[in-house]
Amino acid sequence: MSGANETNKAKVYISRDMASVALGADDVARAFADAGCDVVRTGSRGLFNIEPLVEVETAQGRIGYGPVCADDVTTVLDGSHANRLGKVEELPFFASQQRFTFALCGVIDPVSLDDYAANGGWNGLMLARSMAPQQVVDAVKASGLRGRGGAGFPTGIKWQTVHDAPAGDKYVVCNADEGDSGTFADRMLMEGDPYCLIEGMAIAAYAVGAHHGYIYTRSEYPFAIDTMKEAIRRSAHIIAPFTLEVRDGAGAYVCGEETALLESIEGKRGQVRAKPPLPALEGLFGMPTVINNVLSIAAVPFILSKGAEAYANVGFGRSRGTMPVQIAGNVKNGGLYEIGFGITLGELVMDIGGGTESGRPVRAVQVGGPLGAYFPPEMFHLPFDYEEFAKAGGLIGHAGITVFDDTVDMAHMARFAMEFCAAESCGKCTPCRIGSTRGVEVMDRIIAARDEQTAETASLGGGAGYLAKALYSRSPSRIDTGIEAQTQLLRDLADTMKFGSLCALGGFTPYPVLSALDYFPEDFGAPGTDNAPHKEAAE
Amino acid sequence: MTFTRETDHGTPAAINTGKTVNVTIDGQSVSMPEGTSIMRAASLIGGSIPKLCATDHVKSFGSCRLCLVEVEGRNGFPASCTTPVAEGMVVRTQTERLKQLRRGVMELYISDHPLDCLTCGANGDCELQEQAGAVGLRDVRYGYDGATNMGQAKDQSNPYFDFDPSKCIVCSRCVRACEDVQGTFALTIENKGFESKVSPSQGEAFLGSECVSCGACVQACPTASLIEKKVVEVGTPDRSVVTTCAYCGVGCTFRAEMRGEELVRMVPWKEGKANRGHSCVKGRFAWGYAQHQDRILNPMIRESVDQPWREVSWEEAIAHTASEFRRIQAKYGVRSIGGITSSRCTNEETFLVQKLIRQGFGNNNVDTCARVCHSPTGYGLSQTFGTSAGTQDFDSVMQSDVILVIGANPTDGHPVFASRMKQRLRQGAKLIVVDPRRTDLVKSPRIEAEHHLPLRPGTNVAVMTAMAHVIVTEKLYDEAFIRERCDWDEFQDWADFVSESSRSPEAVEPLTGVNPQELRAAARLYATGGNGAIYYGLGVTEHSQGSSTVMAIANLAMATGNIGREGVGVNPLRGQNNVQGACDMGSFPHEFSGYRHVSDDATRSLFEKTWGVELSAEPGLRIPNMLDAATDGTFKGLFVQGEDILQSDPNTHHVAAGLAAMECVVVQDLFLNETANYAHVFLPGSTFLEKDGTFTNAERRIQRVRKVMAPLNGYADWEIVQLVARAMGLNWDYTHPSQIMDEIAALTPTFTGVHYDRLDEEGSLQWPANDAAPDGTPTMHIGGFVRGKGKFVVTDYVPTDEKTGPRFPLLLTTGRILSQYNVGAQTRRTDNTAWHPEDLLEIHPLDAENRGIKEGDWVSLKSRAGETTLHAHITERVAPGVVYTTFHHPDTQANVITTDFTDWATNCPEYKVTAVQVNLSNGRPSDWQQDYNEQARMSRRIETEAAE
Repeated sequence: MSGANETNKAKVYISRDMASVALGADDVARAFADAGCDVVRTGSRGLFNIEPLVEVETAQGRIGYGPVCADDVTTVLDGSHANRLGKVEELPFFASQQRFTFALCGVIDPVSLDDYAANGGWNGLMLARSMAPQQVVDAVKASGLRGRGGAGFPTGIKWQTVHDAPAGDKYVVCNADEGDSGTFADRMLMEGDPYCLIEGMAIAAYAVGAHHGYIYTRSEYPFAIDTMKEAIRRSAHIIAPFTLEVRDGAGAYVCGEETALLESIEGKRGQVRAKPPLPALEGLFGMPTVINNVLSIAAVPFILSKGAEAYANVGFGRSRGTMPVQIAGNVKNGGLYEIGFGITLGELVMDIGGGTESGRPVRAVQVGGPLGAYFPPEMFHLPFDYEEFAKAGGLIGHAGITVFDDTVDMAHMARFAMEFCAAESCGKCTPCRIGSTRGVEVMDRIIAARDEQTAETASLGGGAGYLAKALYSRSPSRIDTGIEAQTQLLRDLADTMKFGSLCALGGFTPYPVLSALDYFPEDFGAPGTDNAPHKEAAE
Repeated sequence: MTFTRETDHGTPAAINTGKTVNVTIDGQSVSMPEGTSIMRAASLIGGSIPKLCATDHVKSFGSCRLCLVEVEGRNGFPASCTTPVAEGMVVRTQTERLKQLRRGVMELYISDHPLDCLTCGANGDCELQEQAGAVGLRDVRYGYDGATNMGQAKDQSNPYFDFDPSKCIVCSRCVRACEDVQGTFALTIENKGFESKVSPSQGEAFLGSECVSCGACVQACPTASLIEKKVVEVGTPDRSVVTTCAYCGVGCTFRAEMRGEELVRMVPWKEGKANRGHSCVKGRFAWGYAQHQDRILNPMIRESVDQPWREVSWEEAIAHTASEFRRIQAKYGVRSIGGITSSRCTNEETFLVQKLIRQGFGNNNVDTCARVCHSPTGYGLSQTFGTSAGTQDFDSVMQSDVILVIGANPTDGHPVFASRMKQRLRQGAKLIVVDPRRTDLVKSPRIEAEHHLPLRPGTNVAVMTAMAHVIVTEKLYDEAFIRERCDWDEFQDWADFVSESSRSPEAVEPLTGVNPQELRAAARLYATGGNGAIYYGLGVTEHSQGSSTVMAIANLAMATGNIGREGVGVNPLRGQNNVQGACDMGSFPHEFSGYRHVSDDATRSLFEKTWGVELSAEPGLRIPNMLDAATDGTFKGLFVQGEDILQSDPNTHHVAAGLAAMECVVVQDLFLNETANYAHVFLPGSTFLEKDGTFTNAERRIQRVRKVMAPLNGYADWEIVQLVARAMGLNWDYTHPSQIMDEIAALTPTFTGVHYDRLDEEGSLQWPANDAAPDGTPTMHIGGFVRGKGKFVVTDYVPTDEKTGPRFPLLLTTGRILSQYNVGAQTRRTDNTAWHPEDLLEIHPLDAENRGIKEGDWVSLKSRAGETTLHAHITERVAPGVVYTTFHHPDTQANVITTDFTDWATNCPEYKVTAVQVNLSNGRPSDWQQDYNEQARMSRRIETEAAE
């Protein structure tokens, strides 16, 4: 390349991540290409209020501008754009992160084998191959890595079980059926650094003696599916003899449950299996199977190349390493924030997230997706840690955080949890199949009774209407629809679902329901509470 | 006997690993086989953990969540059905906390279940009702205003059971029974979550779906969602009797569940070793013929067959029979009469009929319907191995690695065994199918044959010999086995014979139509794939070279060492419930019971001493010989018990002519069957529900038949034979069939250990059961062949004389269908006609197109023997050049078409190969059909007293 060309042809980096594209990144990229720039499409850096983000390569490094629009080419190229951010990695949101897993996401061309190799890619796999499989398993054990899908089960122990199973057909399955509302880390990684996941799977396969792997991706992730397929095609010779394929789901949330996912890959109805047998012993097609979340597997190349100790040195208590936290909802700085365990909930929401987008006070945050507990700001001291969250009646899950301001009606959120469970229940076990539907009905009665109570009128109209319904009930004995009785029923139902359900869908639905009830009893019309603060706030 | 349900331990027994673990359940320490579920372990020590989705017929599922327990040191409440016991485990199954959880689950169930227990068909026999009581549910706080699955329309399309989705608790037991037990995969759960719903096929009605009405789903249902119509109609049973099915040779045992004298339902008996708790549509549901209005309940006689029948007393009918037989013998000689035993009747009855003939008629003119089905098996296997029977029990198939099915269609003919076989295939055993048709086994859900060899009908021997050619020339035989167990010289002769290049797969392809590569691959798989088991049916025996094929099969098994242990063997799938027994009992003209030749002096003198008469050392006449002799004028009287030779034997014209030439034909049957059109005396028979006795199934298993109701006709069949015998001057005084079995045991070396008290105790015994094998013999030829050294017999392929040509260019082969049974005398008188109301002609699309035949068209089917008219069904199940039909309906009379060619050794008819022509027809019955129908109508007239 001649010097003239270099000055003429500016090199810019623009994300092709689904979220960036939704914000207009494709138009921006086209505009820069039309202007004669050398446009490299990358994954997303992971802070969405600066997307579409354009990074211009300069002698001083990559200078970011964002958000920009298609009309901004000139001002970006001459450096005069108002949204000049400087070096992106030096922004506070990024500078404070510990990017182990997402180190290359947003930085490189996701499907460029050269880029990946030039940035230390495949080192983990090469090192693994120079070790005995047992040593690889030991390294993962030593790293303290735990299942990032939510269960937090030690990944190394899972691998050990598959490693120890008699030789024969074994599988590595990656759970990329990222269905929790407000989570996007799996998608970002698959779109932004697919080789990291492929390398992790190849290492897992080497460690346990598997010959074939599947990446089960939700069908709503077309970019991720295309990127993974392309990356698998390009890297086939590197991971050989291990082979890999992508399977896309059919829209069932429950297929994110590992055994339902295995059923789905087998071509069966997405229904949860009873355990035992553990998938590690009788998994896909009845064979020993490693099934791990995208984030668990994608952590492995770092662990192998940088050493288990480097990973284990970060963290809190028994939660070692980093967690790519996804901050979403009514929040100023929505995005992906990878950090060692131990950071508090308050730091994540207020310092990193910057509080609500609406500017109103935060009233509740839900951690761990639709089956996670709601916490009020009083709980912001909680450190991000599996055990601490469990003690507080919550869970980390897939590390999605959804922020709500003070207009939220927590009774409606409890109802939504039941409704979500009813919509996504596979229908196998009774507590989830019938319980979730009954839960919606109980919540409707509570909300109706609460609203009636707060209507203050105690007018005969509303009351008689409800009584009339009860009178004409087909029930042989009329049921008590009062708030107290229904709240007790809700608690009993939650108990049945939590301890009776076959899988986490029915078993965890009580978390949002009970946490809402316990932390925000006033929204449930509980006696002695001001039962409608939200009403005024909403006006 | 009072009614109790069979104990359900909730989950199947663990696979035996020989290891046990010690576990404490509710304070009781026990040792249990490794892999046993907590639920089963608790049940085995007398506990009862509440359950709804678990039943020991199918694998655990873990969906109902009633069976939660507490395990010390474990979090949460594991489901006891899916959690195996482990060493040192301490389990509590009844605690306050568990009660609370179980009540919570039950409260949810009942919030979506109709509260109509008092008017429900399953009232008192409902697991939901029972468990609601067990967990102490007293209140449903959810009310009944919410979402519900109640009020859905019932599916009453199946003639035998109703499906009421409103009462379904979505436990999936029916779906799992259809998958695991039956292997049909007809049921599924449609939708998800609260809308989950059991659905036959893709939301079809049961009758039109892939459901085969085996009844496994109904048996599995814990509520009234799937319930027998008869239970709804009659009420729940109050007693039960274990007995054996009277349909096919699988020999399923059932609990006949009764309410008073009325049969409510037949439920497969879990302890039954032949069926292991499974059933098919015939045994489970199709017993209504026993009460059908067509059943004849009074004896009848007439002077000649053009007269109407006259009802008479039993005394008159019996006396008339005896005097006619004696008159004929006086006029035409001792050998002018004979009889036919029935494979549908009990061992005891069969034994008595042949005894009547040998002792009372004074000749050996006795034969049985095995003549037309498995006589080549008897001959072939006794020549090569030394016994006229299959070598294995049915359980053996679960140890097989390669299963070779030849000329058998078990999913239709032997459905309960087919389900076992399919279980094994789903576990990974490989399948080879040798059949001109693409039967269901070739490809059906989760089953696919590794190799299908669609041979041209009539070329079995060439195909078997070509397989032997591959095994010998590629040195895949088991030399050590052959040297030890067989005659090495004979093997070498045989090996030389099969090795000739003219017998290679490539050389015989023009004859057989079988792809040589496929044939070679199949032979290699059978020889080298582990335990190889052969199952065959009438597609092997009913040929001019039937006996040769049986021996060729035996050769293959010996050459590969696949004999003498579990998982291997040569297994004829016997057609009728007691065809094995009828053969065992001395029904053939040349053999006493236990297959001992009549010319053997020692055997004869044993019988002579016991029966007190001199017996003929001359073999008697076979059925075709009797008919020939009748047309020749030397055979004049025939006693036929429970067989319809006119419909079932080949070349109907010839059978009819033979019968018409006789002076006294006595038919003992339930119905005025086709043979009765030519009868002079009709003795009404009794059904299997009305008598005691034993049947012997295809695994040589002797099982009890127990009387559950009094005979409508007044006498059990054995009593009727005894009446005839006494009237002919014999001194019989049996008061119970057990005495007949005692006599059989005393006279038959393979049966010396068989007595009723023993059968009641053990459930069943497989012969030989004697001092050498006190517990019977599940697997034969262990350590050595019964005949000594296994004998290789050279089987040269000789094409049948029945050849296609310009006039008859197609080959017809015949068979059966699931819902109908043989000549249909029983099944046509049940609601099974819903599935198969008529015989159809299966024809390949190419052959149909050449003839302008469209689906459902009337066609005429013509051979050199005769002609009939039926509807066409166009299908690729048959190869071009081959057509197929069933023989269940007398209106069609498929055997008008079949010829009188027979097996060279046994006279077994060549039903499976007839050269035919098929043409479009206007639907007018053939002349023969018209004449026959008119004759039958006239012949069936009964002059009643009221008419006088």
